[in-house]
Amino acid sequence: MKILVCISKTPDTTSKIAFKDGNTKFEEAGVQWIINPYDEWYSLVRAIELKEKDAATVIHLITVGGADCDPVIRKALALGGDEAIRVNADSSDSFYIASQIAAIAKEYDLVFTGKETIDYNGSSIGAIVAELMDAPYISLATKFELNGTTAVVNREIEGGEEVNEVALPAVVSCQKGVAEQRIPNMRGIMAARTKPLKVVEPVTVETLTSIVNFELPPAKAGVKLVPADNVAELVRLLHEEAKAI
Amino acid sequence: MSVLIFIDQSEGQIKKSSLEAITYGAAVAKQLNTTAEGIVLGTVADDNVAALGKYGVQKIHHITNEVLNHVDAQLYAKLIADTATANGAGVVIISHNQTGKAIAGRVSARLKAGLVAGAIALPDTTNGFVVKKSVFSGKAFANVNITSAIKIISLNPNSFHVTQAEGTAEVITVTASIAEPKVKVTAVNKVSGEVPLTEAEIVVSGGRGLKGPEHWGILEDLAKTLHAATACSRPVADAHWRPHHEHVGQTGVQIAPNLYIAIGISGAIQHLAGVNRSKVMVVINKDPEAPFFKAADYGIVGDAFEVVPKLTEEIKKLKSA
Ligand SMILES: Cc1cc2nc3c(=O)[nH]c(=O)nc-3n(C[C@H](O)[C@H](O)[C@H](O)COP(=O)(O)OP(=O)(O)OC[C@H]3O[C@@H](n4cnc5c(N)ncnc54)[C@H](O)[C@@H]3O)c2cc1C
Ligand SMILES: Nc1ncnc2c1ncn2[C@@H]1O[C@H](COP(=O)(O)O)[C@@H](O)[C@H]1O
Repeated sequence: MKILVCISKTPDTTSKIAFKDGNTKFEEAGVQWIINPYDEWYSLVRAIELKEKDAATVIHLITVGGADCDPVIRKALALGGDEAIRVNADSSDSFYIASQIAAIAKEYDLVFTGKETIDYNGSSIGAIVAELMDAPYISLATKFELNGTTAVVNREIEGGEEVNEVALPAVVSCQKGVAEQRIPNMRGIMAARTKPLKVVEPVTVETLTSIVNFELPPAKAGVKLVPADNVAELVRLLHEEAKAI
Repeated sequence: MSVLIFIDQSEGQIKKSSLEAITYGAAVAKQLNTTAEGIVLGTVADDNVAALGKYGVQKIHHITNEVLNHVDAQLYAKLIADTATANGAGVVIISHNQTGKAIAGRVSARLKAGLVAGAIALPDTTNGFVVKKSVFSGKAFANVNITSAIKIISLNPNSFHVTQAEGTAEVITVTASIAEPKVKVTAVNKVSGEVPLTEAEIVVSGGRGLKGPEHWGILEDLAKTLHAATACSRPVADAHWRPHHEHVGQTGVQIAPNLYIAIGISGAIQHLAGVNRSKVMVVINKDPEAPFFKAADYGIVGDAFEVVPKLTEEIKKLKSA
């Protein structure tokens, strides 16, 4: 039972979002990079738990990105996982990234992704990987159990939740509920230094989208404060001015 | 070259997010001087399908097989992609709701069509096919050019206003041969009686400032009066004061209602990441220094336990006026 966990790097959640070069590039100066929280807290930790319970034998991590991803991958290895693969390519196109993952994922029984990256917010890599593998995709999982080679997954649907059973191989995107965040310990951090991090060259695929530029939302006009003893005024403003009620 | 819109249904009802997708798709078709076509999967009454014409769709391919009454991403994606190919669709529109998130990527892979996920505006076709989407959890936007022949847009819920006119769609009923679903659904739990959070026009949300689950009554009364959905901050869900599906923010649900009322929530950046696409934000917090006031449109510095019941009363007055 081999699991492949997709790891992406994202700016720390408190990073200031700014752009440079005529708003065509993200301003990386001063930005702290972290493992995308959904990848770290939920999919990676669940994979580690499955290995601890002997339900899985091997955990590999995969990242599609440049050498600047290496510190983040090492951090993921410090949490757990046997080895990491970095596909040496830089792209923001979901189809391109997913094609790189799918080329390697065929060797695995289970592929975990996060619910979405908190920078590009595509929520789509897992679905593309699954289609390229001709495998089922269970999106937005909130609970994941293995029963031999059958996965039992709770997932979020419109207005509720459902329970799915599916024979492996499968691709699953993980979110809150699947596992609890863990902090890497010293032993893990030491071990991560010597775990293999293989760098492989990308397969040839075209990109189907490209980012033209970025925009910041218009600045807010500033808050209008209403005194606590005049709630009626707030209701009037919401009704007449904001037309929100 | 037509525009094909995936129209999502549940128990025979068309979802609001799909009506938005139809209105949007019809506007794209108009922009490209072509026809807007739809695809409906599963059991929906013929009249209800034809009536969708009033949102601007001219022709609807209705695949009626009963197995499609349950969403199976793999089967759905194949049928959508096959219909797109058979009818020469150049653009496919899907809502970026939970169903859309499971499907859009698969359709993209099948058609080798570039996908912009989470679009918030109509494409700009003056130079390529550029679609604006929300990035960095609502803190910025990216303009993305789709360079493939076929283009897929998944539209963020609540970002395009539904409009109606006169019109009936031509319905083409099809029964397709469909493979056995690979995913077995063993249980479905729909939260009933409540307004689903991602579709709600108004959301009333509570934070740690409410002190404990026993105090949520005042918030629920306000929500009921406004026909609003309820939400909460992450520590509130983590402490099991409220169910997990109500947790909004960077790591929870992302919403974009017309009105978001935050009660006893400090406004941490990770919380704002889930709600800052709301059109109007109101904050009730006893600390004038709470960061949320910087992001909000309206605010009251005060004790939630006094302010919220009064607010409910005043809204009741307004509604009965
Ligand atoms: C990587 C990461 C991801 C995160 N993701 C999320 C997320 O998705 N969603 C999320 O919400 N948080 C998230 N957090 C947590 C976030 O940083 C904050 O800790 C959290 O949002 C605070 O919740 P709160 O506002 O309810 O509580 P607090 O910060 O404790 O704020 C309570 C507020 O209530 C006010 N208050 C107290 N009493 C009253 C009263 N009687 N009347 C009125 N106001 C009162 C206080 O002045 C205070 O402002 C994340 C954190 C990290 C590090
Ligand atoms: N460059 C990447 N390398 C590896 N995995 C990725 C990459 N980008 C995204 N993913 C995975 O796909 C998930 C969804 O990403 P997205 O579709 O971009 O929102 C993330 O949570 C990751 O698990």
